[in-house]
Amino acid sequence: MDIKSTLKMSLVSLKINKMRSILTSLGVIIGVSSVIIMLAVGEGASQKIAKDMESMGSNLLMIHSAAATSGGVRMGRGTKPTLTLKDAEAIEKECTGVLGVSPTSKETQQLTYGNQNWSTSVTGTNGAYIYIRDWEILYGRNFYKEELKNSSKVAIIGNTVANELFGDVNPVNKTFRIGNVPFKIIGLLKPKGQNGMGQDEDDTVFIPILTAQKKVFGSDFPGTVNMIMVKATSDDVLNDVEQQINEILRRRHRIGTNGLDDFEVRNLAQMQETIKSSARTMSILLGAIASVSLMVGGIGIMNIMLVSVTERTKEIGIRMAIGATTFDIRMQFLIESLLLSLFGGLIGIIIGILGALLIKALTGTSIYITCFSILISIGFSAFIGITFGFYPAWRASLLNPIEALRYE
Amino acid sequence: MERKIIEVKNAIKIYKSGDEEFRALNYVSLTVYEGEFVAIMGASGSGKSTFMNMLGCLDKPNSGSYFLDGVDVLHKDQNELAKIRSKKMGFVFQGFNLISRTSAIDNVCLPMIYSGIDEPLRIKKAKEALRIVGLSGRENHMPNQISGGQQQRVAIARAIVNDPPLILADEPTGNLDTKTSIEVMNFFVSLNEKMGKTIVLVTHEPDIAEFCKRVVTFKDGNIISDTIKKKR
Ligand SMILES: Nc1ncnc2c1ncn2[C@@H]1O[C@H](COP(=O)(O)OP(=O)(O)OP(=O)(O)O)[C@@H](O)[C@H]1O
Ligand SMILES: [Mg+2]
Repeated sequence: MDIKSTLKMSLVSLKINKMRSILTSLGVIIGVSSVIIMLAVGEGASQKIAKDMESMGSNLLMIHSAAATSGGVRMGRGTKPTLTLKDAEAIEKECTGVLGVSPTSKETQQLTYGNQNWSTSVTGTNGAYIYIRDWEILYGRNFYKEELKNSSKVAIIGNTVANELFGDVNPVNKTFRIGNVPFKIIGLLKPKGQNGMGQDEDDTVFIPILTAQKKVFGSDFPGTVNMIMVKATSDDVLNDVEQQINEILRRRHRIGTNGLDDFEVRNLAQMQETIKSSARTMSILLGAIASVSLMVGGIGIMNIMLVSVTERTKEIGIRMAIGATTFDIRMQFLIESLLLSLFGGLIGIIIGILGALLIKALTGTSIYITCFSILISIGFSAFIGITFGFYPAWRASLLNPIEALRYE
Repeated sequence: MERKIIEVKNAIKIYKSGDEEFRALNYVSLTVYEGEFVAIMGASGSGKSTFMNMLGCLDKPNSGSYFLDGVDVLHKDQNELAKIRSKKMGFVFQGFNLISRTSAIDNVCLPMIYSGIDEPLRIKKAKEALRIVGLSGRENHMPNQISGGQQQRVAIARAIVNDPPLILADEPTGNLDTKTSIEVMNFFVSLNEKMGKTIVLVTHEPDIAEFCKRVVTFKDGNIISDTIKKKR
């Protein structure tokens, strides 16, 4: 007996009981859509982490001032500036395993060039910032040491700022204003695009931190910085560097053994670990739903196939009497259950993709649907169909033709 | 030497229901030669269907021997028997026994699916078989859309479509009126005479047995008479 005829015959029997076939596939539909969503969420999380890595740079530690308390109300991180340029210098000098240290202060400023103007966040920093954050300079150059020391009025700008203020013209060596202060552009950054949060990374301006403190930002706390970024030489030394920073800053800020830190070191790798683990939790949950419903779906298919074998006992008897071998009968019922589960799998894939898109729309979770997850789902449903269809098919093939023919 | 299509010797069939044993066939021996048209008669419960099922390799006797076209079929397994059934014989059952919700042509195609004939040839042969039984134009009707006589003719078409040398029919006219019965019997006669098929047919009615060349009568699991009325 050829596969094509068997397929046709099985399709006909399934069509006779359309509603029953659909209901039977429900378990597999739910199972497979959970598998699709689970893999989409998991893959989305790792893609987001990879993208963050790319836009933020790797092996990073970020030091903020600890949250200030003002009349009992905790303010945001970095609101009580305790970190200074001297702290940054000390870390660079004393820490081992450090590739670069970069103090930064950020403020939103109005930029003007000719009759164009644009509002963006201006970062005061040093030359290390470029490679700490894995930026590249497309045209021009990084800050010179003298420019940093002498608080020169020079700026490196991102692609978005260049487009807004200069259009297609190369902005390097042009002079524009931050607030009222004229700055000469010495570099244009290579575009990075959006980061993991959907913000435009290229909408940015870098100036020397001393220039920022003295000439642009009206700081209430002269000499302090919002944040110090530290890039370690590798992933392995990250924890050790964090330890050293803690010691240095506690000593410099004269915090006793029982005193509370007035700063906070954040490890980007740890933050990513948090994202990963929450994605993992969601995946485990969905995985549990998936395996339970695939199991239930499989049992459902087995149940319906057993009912079908009983209902069609006489048909099986006729088929055997006119020349069907036990193998033919087994194949027919196995293919029927395989079709049921593959049908469920297909619907499940569609629902899973829609569900994943819905989750993305509602919660903003990163979602990424891979070919692999679709193949896995098809594999799963085929596996379920064959495993749970085997017993009913086997039962059908063992029927005694005479008794089957007598069956009413 | 005539070719023996069926050679049964001393077949015994015992049915057990609970503690009671019932001997449905009691040392039955019968030889049927190629080209014969045999009627099997007997009262209800005399063992006719039991015997036919054995001839059709659907059931095995408890003892005795059965050679079908020279092959010892009692020592074959299920799959070999399925092959033999699809090649050597066509079966028309007591009652119509078409597969429900399956069109006439699909019913007729079934034996060919199992004997491995390609789809185009299958459809051609099925149409031809339906034409022979006078059902052209009804190919796509479902069993519940045609009359009892027509259903029986679909079953006959299904039995002859693989062109088997032997046709077994268990009360093919049992559910039909006299006029339709005569039509069906004339058809069996032409199968026997024109196409040279060997036919073994079970019936209750002497009128139907009149169409056959040889009449074998069963009583309580024994053959009590065997009359050859007409030479092959
Ligand atoms: N599966 C079975 N289990 C027990 N007894 C059986 C079984 N099949 C048949 N019999 C018995 O064997 C005897 C012969 O049955 P069989 O079906 O061969 O009769 P028949 O001659 O075909 O009758 P009818 O003309 O009514 O079809 C009957 O008495 C019947 O009760
Ligand atoms: Mg009978």
